[in-house]
Parts: sequence; C-alpha cells; structure tokens
Amino acid sequence: MIAKGLVHKYGDNIDTDVIIPARYLNTPDMKELAKHCMEDIDTEFAGRVKQGDIMVGGENFGCGSSREHAPASIKAAGVDCVIAKTFARIFYRNAINIGLPIMECPEAAEAIEAGETVSVNFDTGVITNETKGETYQAAPFPEFIQEIISAGGLMNSINGK
Amino acid sequence: MGMTMTQKILAAHAGLDNVVAGQLISANLDMVLGNDITTPVAVNEFNKAGFDGIFDKEKVSIVMDHFTPNKDIKAAEQCMTCRKFAKRFDVVDFFDTGRVGVEHALLPEQGIVKAGDCIIGADSHTCTYGALGAFSTGVGSTDMAAGMATGRTWFKVPEAIKFNLTGELPENVTGKDVILHIIGMIGVDGALYKSMEFTGEGVKSLSMESRLCISNMAIEAGGKNGIFPVDEITEEYMRGRVKGEWTKYEADEDAEYVATYDINLSELKPTVSFPHLPENTRTIDEVGDVSIQQVVIGSCTNGRIEDMEAAAKILKGRKVHPDVRCLIMPATQQVYRECMEKGYMEIFLDAECAITAPTCGPCLGGHSGILAEGERCVATTNRNFVGRMGHVKSEVYLASPIVAAASAVAGKIAGPDDL
Repeated sequence: MIAKGLVHKYGDNIDTDVIIPARYLNTPDMKELAKHCMEDIDTEFAGRVKQGDIMVGGENFGCGSSREHAPASIKAAGVDCVIAKTFARIFYRNAINIGLPIMECPEAAEAIEAGETVSVNFDTGVITNETKGETYQAAPFPEFIQEIISAGGLMNSINGK
Repeated sequence: MGMTMTQKILAAHAGLDNVVAGQLISANLDMVLGNDITTPVAVNEFNKAGFDGIFDKEKVSIVMDHFTPNKDIKAAEQCMTCRKFAKRFDVVDFFDTGRVGVEHALLPEQGIVKAGDCIIGADSHTCTYGALGAFSTGVGSTDMAAGMATGRTWFKVPEAIKFNLTGELPENVTGKDVILHIIGMIGVDGALYKSMEFTGEGVKSLSMESRLCISNMAIEAGGKNGIFPVDEITEEYMRGRVKGEWTKYEADEDAEYVATYDINLSELKPTVSFPHLPENTRTIDEVGDVSIQQVVIGSCTNGRIEDMEAAAKILKGRKVHPDVRCLIMPATQQVYRECMEKGYMEIFLDAECAITAPTCGPCLGGHSGILAEGERCVATTNRNFVGRMGHVKSEVYLASPIVAAASAVAGKIAGPDDL
C-alpha cells in the first residue's frame, strides 16, 4: 500500500489537546471533529488539507490525553499517513487500532518540509520525498502490529481470531 | 536476568514465568475503565464489531466525570450512551452524577483497584493506580472496547527507569513538587514507552495521596506507567476498601533499568510548571512576578482530602485576592463530605472560593472555569498545553494545592512564605 500527498509539517510535542481541543469532544462524530483538527496551532489546516495528504511531526507526537478522537480526526480530515521522529505511546497504539498509518522515522521528519510531496510505502517502510528526490527508511512494524494493520484495525483483528 | 516490578505483574497476567523488555504479550485484565468522553467512542466500536457481551460485569468501570454535571445537550447525549450501555450489560461500577468522582480519585477510594492488578483505562491518567502497586496504563477507546469484549489486551513489555528516593519532604513540599521536579529533569518524553519505578527509603515518607499524585503524572513524562512498591502505608490504605485479596510484587534485585536517578526529597522546593509544557519547571524562588486571574484546586492529580486540607490550612482566616476567582473542586463525593465534616468548606466559603461538584471540568477546558484570552491560572491539575483550559492565548501554571492556595490569596504566583 502506498500513500502520496502534500505535507503539513509541525514541531515537537504536538499534544492531543491541540490536535483536537477538548471543547469539541461532546460528540463522537469524527467528520465533525475533523473541522477543528489542529486549529489551536494552525487555524488554516482544516481548510487546506486534501484527501491523501501527509502529516509530519517531530518528537513525542500525540502526547497528552488518550483521546482516540485525535488520530481519528486526523484520519477523518483526509490525512493518509503521519510521519514523526517519535510518537507518544497512547497515540501510537490508537493510530494502529483505528487504521491510521504512522511511520517513526527521525531522518524523514527532519528533512521533509511543509508543502513538499511525499510518498510512503507501508510494506517496505520507504519514504520518498518526491520534491527533493530523497528517500528515507522507517523501521518496519513488528509482525504482530502488522497483522492488526492488515486486518484494518484492532476490532477486525480480534474478531477474525 | 531479573524482572522489574512492572514486568512481574505483566508476566503473571500473561501466564508466563518470565518476560523481557520489548516482548509482545497478551495479558488478562482486572479492570477496564472509561469515562463519558472516551466510552461513547468505545461503545460505537463495540457495537460495530457485533459483540453482545462484556467479559465480566465486575471488571468494567464507567465513570461520568468529564463533561458532568452535563454541560450541554451533546454532553448529555454522550452520558446517555454510556448509561444505556452500562444498564444493558449490568456494569457494576457505573458512576453517575451524585455518586461520581473524578475517576482516578474515585477508583482507589472505592477499593475498585488494588495492588497487583493489571488495568487499562481509556484515559491517559489511568497510570495513577501505580501508586497502589498495580500495573495500570492509559489506552484509547478501541482498546477499551476490545478489553471489555475479551478481558485481554496486548502490551509491549516496557523497559524501566528507576527513581531512587531518599530523605524526607520538607514542610510545604508535596508529591506534586516531586513529580514536577522529575518531569522538569527528564522532560515530557523522558520516559517515553517506559515504566517509571519509584523506590528507595524515601518512599515511606510519602503519603498515599502524594504517591497517587506522582503516579498520576507519569504520563506527563511520556511514561507507560509509574509504580510504587507496596508497603505498610499502601496496605493500610487498601484495608477496608478493597474487596478480596491483593498481590504484592517486588522488583528482583538484579532487575535491569535503562537509567537510575537519585532524588533527595529533603532538597526539593515548591515547584511550578510554566506554560505550555509540564517540563517548564521553576522552583518557587525563581517564578518572578506573575499576576493571575484564576486558581483551580482539584482534579485527579490533587483533589483528594490531603489536598483540600493543605489548601484549607493556607486559606484559613484569609481572603482570595479581589482580582482572582478561586475554584475548589473536591474530587469525589466522599472528599466533599469530609471537607464539610472537617470544616474546610466553611474556610473556603469565608475565603470567597467557589466550590464545585466533583468534575474534571476546567482541567481539560471542558466547563466550569474556562479562561478568556490573556488570562492566567494556577492549577493543581496535570497539563498546561496551549488552550488546555480555554482560550488559545490563556496560560496554565501547574503547582501543588499549597502554592495554588497561596497564589489565590496573593493574586500572583506565590508560596506560603510569601503571605
């Protein structure tokens, strides 16, 4: 599976409160929440993001609250993959569980800039910066996690067993 | 190779004699927890997957604490989703307004969680129960749904960092100052994916409330869990609350730690986290002149009776500064009642504080104490991210109930010695 899209780039310690502020969490409707995704640090994101885009962050992406609304609203906004130097562990788990592909790759997260076009091969972990003509290698997922991803998320994977 | 305390609990719940860091395991769960924000999403996932039963009606806990008392129509509907689910499956530990408390104050108080348990909760501060010697960690709603359905979940066995505590806390220094000091030292991702194991002879000088506060904020250093050994103080706390037996686990002598920090409690000072990350810590003598408009005393971090007592001691015979709104939020109904019986409510009212029902409310910018543009708040809560308590240009300063109460009186960030 391959994702290819324009990059929206953010810094270190992007917390789930800025990904989706709690004041909107009175609904579990992720399409509705997507309208407010990132708005406290990037008021234009919801208007700018297109289906298939890529989000890039620095260290500790998704720290803070366990709200699954954070990866789910990024996914509902149209983002096909998040690349970061490191992910906070609950966000990491949540993204896998709901089927939002994520890639831990410090080199890619450092080099890629906002507005560039990037493609990601989920099978090989190769990230290609189409704009700069560079490639970066993300660590592959453990087999167990690969199975959850292939099943289309955690609920499908436990139902299939 | 020996195991850490966390690894021993995980091994026991996975039915294994031994586990090593990095190993993926499937573990049995003693409790699966959710609140009124995370549970509706879990219920959707649970229903979508077609499950028609929960694994054990006594091992699921649903706590209506975030947007309650219902802040608006949508919040009321989310609570209704939770209520219907709890009724449908006869969930024993379902807590609604009038009985509810802030989840991580409520569950230990009610004896629902105990030493040796393996617990997941769809709330990041589920790590609080490490104070009791349990393995507990925050997860998302889908993990909650799968946990409720199967009674199991997967974990990657974590590496551990050891915090070797010595000495004794000085007067007016609390568990909150210990954990803020630690986060300031190692950073908000200093314990990413790892266990934080607190140990050493200094532990015995920490009250249960202080330990719960320290474990509560393990997540603010990125930790998977934050755990204390079980000693006489733990067992005294659990006796009479917990139904049934608990299990005491101890780290092996030769357990491996990726880092060890020695912390002399005697040297710590009241500590404040400046915006917009908990790692931006300064000791009280370094804070400078920061005027404030609001103080919040409560939450799963500092809403317990010892916290109320600490605030009451400072506020007794004093008035909240005319430019400050001071909110007191006892974390549970029992804490509320105890505050009345001990006369703290009268002290708070005389000081011109507002007292709220138990709720998470302002901590996450939900309701009951939201900040306007440019306003500053000293809060005993756990996060000071951008926009956390309201306007994106408001500021939250994290501190202990002692510093928060002193600041309420002073109208600026202050310690008890400044009054």
